[in-house]
Amino acid sequence: MFPRPIEQTSRTMQIGYQVALPLALILWLLPLIGVAITSVKPASDLAAGNYFGLPSALAFSNYAEVFTQSPIGQYIWNSFKVTIPTVIGTLVLSCLTGFALGIYRFRGNIWVFFMFVAGNFVPFQILMVPVRDMTVNLGLYNTTTGLVLFHVAFQTGFCTLFMRNFIRALPRELIEAARVEGVSEFRIFWYVVLPLMRPAIAALSVLIFTFIWNDYFWATVLTTSKETQPVTAGLYSLNGQWIAQWQLVSAGAIVAALPPVAMFFLMQRHFIAGLTLGAVK
Amino acid sequence: MSHASTDARSRTWWRENQQKLTPYIFLIPGVIFFLVYVIIPIFQSFWISGFDWDGLGEKQWIGLENYRELFDDDAFYTSLKNNIIWLVLYMLAVPAGLGIAIFLNQKVRGIRAYKSLFFFPFVISQVVVGLIFAWFYAPNFGLFYILIERLTGSGVAILADPDLVTYGIIAAGLWPQIAYCMILYLTGLNAVDPEQIEAARLDAAKGFKMLWYVILPQLRPATFMAVVVTVIGALRSFDLVSIMTDGGPFGSSRVLSFYMYEQALSEYGYRMGYGASIAVILFLIMMVFISGFIWKMVDDERKGL
Repeated sequence: MFPRPIEQTSRTMQIGYQVALPLALILWLLPLIGVAITSVKPASDLAAGNYFGLPSALAFSNYAEVFTQSPIGQYIWNSFKVTIPTVIGTLVLSCLTGFALGIYRFRGNIWVFFMFVAGNFVPFQILMVPVRDMTVNLGLYNTTTGLVLFHVAFQTGFCTLFMRNFIRALPRELIEAARVEGVSEFRIFWYVVLPLMRPAIAALSVLIFTFIWNDYFWATVLTTSKETQPVTAGLYSLNGQWIAQWQLVSAGAIVAALPPVAMFFLMQRHFIAGLTLGAVK
Repeated sequence: MSHASTDARSRTWWRENQQKLTPYIFLIPGVIFFLVYVIIPIFQSFWISGFDWDGLGEKQWIGLENYRELFDDDAFYTSLKNNIIWLVLYMLAVPAGLGIAIFLNQKVRGIRAYKSLFFFPFVISQVVVGLIFAWFYAPNFGLFYILIERLTGSGVAILADPDLVTYGIIAAGLWPQIAYCMILYLTGLNAVDPEQIEAARLDAAKGFKMLWYVILPQLRPATFMAVVVTVIGALRSFDLVSIMTDGGPFGSSRVLSFYMYEQALSEYGYRMGYGASIAVILFLIMMVFISGFIWKMVDDERKGL
C-alpha cells in the first residue's frame, strides 16, 4: 500500500493524521459550508451585517420562500422529465451497441467504436447551431422531448464505450456454449448477456442521471420558458432576479443540487465504478 | 404448402446468417442517433461557418469572410488567451488530485466517508458550484473577500476585476475537477501491486523517490484518464463563465465556448455563421488533443487484441 499505512507509523503521526483529516475536509468544503449556513440565515441577519457568523435563528423559511416565490418546483419537475427518459433511452441504445461491438468481430467494428469514442470528446459548441436548427425544424424547440433526444444521442457515445468494454470482459465461453446449444443470437442477448450487465447498467444509470441533471449548456440552448427549463437553467434566471438575496440564492442552489447528491450517496459504489472505468488496467 | 416452405427456407437462411447480421441490427438505432445528432452536425457547422446567417432568414454565402473577421476581433483573442490560461491552470487538478488521493489512501476508521465527502464537489452541478463561488467572492460579505480583507486590510472583488476574474473562475472550476482526478487516483492506488512496493521498500526507496519510480508508472492509466478529462473540461468550460460573470466585466472572462454562444444566440442578434466559425476553431484546437488520445487508445487496443 502506498503511502505507508498510518498504523505502522509513530503515535504522534497517527494523532496528527486524525486531526488533519477533519481540518482538511472543512477547508476543502468551506465554500459549501458557507453557502449551507447562508441558506438558513434570516434576511435580517444579512441586513444587519451578520454575514460571517452563525445565523441568529434557523430560517428554514428561506427554503419555503424559494418554493412559493419562484417556479423552482416546476424547474425541478422539468429536470426529472428530461433526466429519467434520457437515462432509459441511453441505456437501451447502448446495451444494443455495446453488445454488437463487444461480442462480434466484423469489418469496421473498431471504426464504429472509435466514432462513438471520438464523438464523445467534441466541444458541444460545434454541435450547437445545427442541433438547435434541427430541433426548431422538428417543432421540438423549447420542449423536454427535444432536449431528451439530443441527450440520448450524445450520451450513447460514452455509454457505448462503457458497455462495450464491460461486455468484452465477460467470459466468452458462456456465449459459445449457448451457440452450441442452438440458442439464437437475440436470445443470447436477452437471456445470457443482459442479466450479466446489471452492474454496468446500475453504474451508467447513476452517472447519466448526474450528468444530465447537471447539464446547463443544452438546457439554455434548447429550452427557454419556465414550463420546460430544467433547474440548472432555471437557477440562472432566478440568480438574476434574486440580486443580493444570498439567502435565497443559497437555498435554491442547495435544493437544485440535492437529487444528484442523494443519488450519489445511495449508489456510491456504482457511481465510482462507472467513473473510474479505465483508471486501472 | 409453398408458403410454408419459403417460410422454412427463410428461417434457415436467417439461422445461418444471424451471426453476421445481428451486430448490424443492434447497431442501427444507436448509430443513426449518433450520426444525426453528433457526427453530421460537426460537418454542418463547418459548412454554416461560410455563411452570413441570422438563423431564420436566407443564408448568404460569404466564404471565409467570418474567419477574416475573427482574426481581426479583439474579443476572439481575449477568449483564446483565456482558454489557454484555463488549459494550463486546469492541469493543476491532476497533481492536486494525486496529492489528496495519497493523503486519503489510508485505512483508518471513517475514511470512506471522508473520501466521499472530498469527492462531493464533483457531484453537484457547475451552476451550483458557480453560485457557491460567486457567494464566496462576493464583495463585502463573501467568505473569501472577508478573509482577504482581514489579511491585507482591503478586500478584492475578484469577479469585478478584469485582470483577476478568469483566475477566480478557474479556481471555482478546479474544485470539482480536483475531486474527479482524486477519485481516479484513489482507484488507481488501490490497484498498485503491493509486492513491488515491498520490494522497493527493501531497497530503501521511500517518499518522493518511491512515488516517482515505483508508484507513478503503475498509475499511468489513471494519469491518462485524468489528463484527458481535464483537457476536455478546460476546453468545454462554459457553465461557470456564464453563471458567474456572463463573460464580464467588459468581456474579460470570455472563453471561446462562451463567446461562440454569445455571438450565435445573444440578445444583440443572432450571428449563426460567425458563431459556427468560432466553434470550428475551438473544435480544431480540441482535435489536436482528441487525435492524440484516440491514437493512444487505438494503440492500446491493437496491443490488447
